[in-house]
Amino acid sequence: MFVLVEMTDTVRIPPWQFERKLNESIAEELNKKLANKVVYNVGLCICLYDITKLEDSYIFPGDGASHTKVHFRYVVFHPFLDEILIGEIKSCSQDGVHVSLGFFDDIVIPPESLQQPAKFDEAEQVWVWEYETEEGAHDLYMDIGEEIRFRVMDETFVDTSPTGPSSAEASTSNATEEVQKKEAPYTLVGSISEPGLGLLSWWTNS
Amino acid sequence: MEVKDANAALLSNFEVYQLLTDLKQQRKESGKNKQSSGQQNLNTIMYETLKYISKTPCRYQSPETVRDFLITMKGHKLTKAEKLQLLNHRPVTAVEIQLMVEESEERLTEEQIESLLQTVTSILPGDPEEQQRESPMATEDKGDQE
Repeated sequence: MFVLVEMTDTVRIPPWQFERKLNESIAEELNKKLANKVVYNVGLCICLYDITKLEDSYIFPGDGASHTKVHFRYVVFHPFLDEILIGEIKSCSQDGVHVSLGFFDDIVIPPESLQQPAKFDEAEQVWVWEYETEEGAHDLYMDIGEEIRFRVMDETFVDTSPTGPSSAEASTSNATEEVQKKEAPYTLVGSISEPGLGLLSWWTNS
Repeated sequence: MEVKDANAALLSNFEVYQLLTDLKQQRKESGKNKQSSGQQNLNTIMYETLKYISKTPCRYQSPETVRDFLITMKGHKLTKAEKLQLLNHRPVTAVEIQLMVEESEERLTEEQIESLLQTVTSILPGDPEEQQRESPMATEDKGDQE
């Protein structure tokens, strides 16, 4: 689920922090910059693992702060393809079941990857697995808050960096565009269409 | 900022759990005299990740159990990713093993799957409450139903 990513960056330490130990200031700055943020094509950064190398610190003219190039390793959430994860159902909608891990929310299981046959119950807004046995069909509801085991099928990274000012069109159209553009930078697509996947309560022996 | 290696190493849930609890301890000890505005992201992600990992079996693990587990797993010929999943999830049924091990019908016989389950449940500690409940001495009182 978690990987170690080696990165380098130049960290700026302002003069009023010079009395602190350099390693501490740098660790704090790196965590401030990266924790809980998604790096494009890398994953969701959790926290600093360690600093592997510190190069010399420089002070440039016009700025009293020191700039240090740092080589470090960061703990990043980046599940590999086909990995099994356990999450909690956050909500259900027509486009599938939304699962959350607490620290990461953008996981969706599309309707075609649910245990078949499945139908969407409009009244309760939940997906239901119509499980057939000799006795008849059982309706297994996928309620909110239930723990669910799923397999990671796909991941999508979206570059959400600002694109700069667009040409001077009417400001109203810009506002609606901005509201629509709130895409998640990192989304996972899961599947529960195999035996053993789905709600934990479906597969326990007790 | 430059990413040198986006996949330098795989971390088990237990290692991340240890790291976060140590970090939390450090920050508690050093006191709250730093400006917390920039630290809010770190606090949030640490709290949520710790909350998630604490619900998984890795909270009962220790470096020794992880080491013993990996040494015992050497005989089973599984890939690194499969061993990592077994370590993180601690499967107790054959169906879970089939999910985590690719093509398990072709690579493992039924006895091998059984022995794999035995290894996993014996070396990796599980929920002590559950193990007590399953023991034959357990009476019928209602324990903590989770």
